[in-house]
Amino acid sequence: MNYNWNWKIFWDAHPEGTGTYMTALLGGLGWTLSTALIAWCIALTLGALVGTMRTTPIKWMVVVGNAYVELFRNIPLLVQMFLWFFVMPELVPKGMGDWLKQLPNAPFITAVICLGFFTSARVAEQVKAGIGSLPRGQTMAGTALGLTLPQTYRFVVLPQAFRIILPPLTSEFLNIIKNSAVALTIGLVELTSRARSMQEFSFQVFEAFTAATLIYIIVNIIVVNLMRLLEKKIAVPGLIGGGGMMGAGH
Amino acid sequence: MFSNFDFNVIERSWKYLFFDGMAFTLQLTALAMIGGIVVGTLLALCRLSKFKVLSTVAGGYVNLVRSIPLVLVIFWFYFLVPYIGAWIIGSPQPVKVGAFSSCLITFIMFEACYYCEIMRAGIQSISRGQVWAGYALGLNYWQTMGSIVLPQAFRNMTPVLLTQTVVLFQDVSLVYVLSITDFVGAASKVAQRDGRLVEMYLFVALVYFVLCYGLSSAVKQLQSRIAIIR
Repeated sequence: MNYNWNWKIFWDAHPEGTGTYMTALLGGLGWTLSTALIAWCIALTLGALVGTMRTTPIKWMVVVGNAYVELFRNIPLLVQMFLWFFVMPELVPKGMGDWLKQLPNAPFITAVICLGFFTSARVAEQVKAGIGSLPRGQTMAGTALGLTLPQTYRFVVLPQAFRIILPPLTSEFLNIIKNSAVALTIGLVELTSRARSMQEFSFQVFEAFTAATLIYIIVNIIVVNLMRLLEKKIAVPGLIGGGGMMGAGH
Repeated sequence: MFSNFDFNVIERSWKYLFFDGMAFTLQLTALAMIGGIVVGTLLALCRLSKFKVLSTVAGGYVNLVRSIPLVLVIFWFYFLVPYIGAWIIGSPQPVKVGAFSSCLITFIMFEACYYCEIMRAGIQSISRGQVWAGYALGLNYWQTMGSIVLPQAFRNMTPVLLTQTVVLFQDVSLVYVLSITDFVGAASKVAQRDGRLVEMYLFVALVYFVLCYGLSSAVKQLQSRIAIIR
């Protein structure tokens, strides 16, 4: 194998921008994280709403919720990106479509919306599972105490469900960070896209991808540890997963 | 709303879309599923092995691949496979690898990590007494695994393995980043040639939705049919 390693390449000037290859990669990381974080807020809000709808005794809500989840789960993320980016502006009234097309940084906004909706369907699945894992007696007790259905959800069901599903939500958050790489297909200059352009300009394929891989792993480790702290803090005492009597066994 | 759209573009290109694009996607999905389950099961056995080196290496590989985006994995293997090939056959030049083989290796090695975690859970769900019973009957490790543990693990995990395969089928669309003519790639070529992005991408989404929804409903049915009542 004759591949010319050159680890100093990161300090060379990036031909496109003002900084070095390293600053270009870190700038990409910035886009990756901001896309993931804003999309995560959308995903959590919509996911909690849709997931809750699917567990209510109200039939039309269940049907709408199920349809929503099936729609976003059964179309590949790449195709969803294209739908939001290329198709959406053509389907809305012309004035609005033109406005959408002229938005500054349209790839970023599109990626945030697309990832938000895509992930919300998966969050909804987790929320539904979390609510389903609670004993039925909890809702009944809420009703028996004279709480209305919204109150039962607000004060009894949801606070517990969210604490139970924190571990799967952590992996969904890690997924949203990884999935943001798909947005390079619509022109978002996030981390993977920056590594790819570094490879194209410098021909140092493996250095570029190694750096990107390491950055993703570091982000991963930080997120996992932060969530573990949060998990410990809000664990439901008395459950196997929770602290308290069983000890903090993870 | 659709008055100035031209859905004829689908009629004009469906042969290309399905016989070139979808054929590639389906072949890649099927082969990557088989390869991924085989490699994934081996990885799971390594992860559960009592040899520390094996379990550390397998665990490290699985966690590494699972923490980076598939797009990056696709780029990695696209550039790495020619070098690995050269290293294996001792050639001084990177070997040329076709687009299909390169993608196939990528998806086997990527999906194997996800199949590995499923198989690991499946193996761990078998009670330890069964393994002891196997050893007590004089079976060796491979016989115990091959005729007692793995068949049950597969049976328990079939629905999850198939669900992962639906995910794989969707993931294959990402070979688009290498400009390969899979189903999405074919559609996007036609879309750009004819300037018919809206019609094409709506059609692609519809086809994926119908296929994936059908498959996952079938998996749900299977799940309720083969579930062992305990």
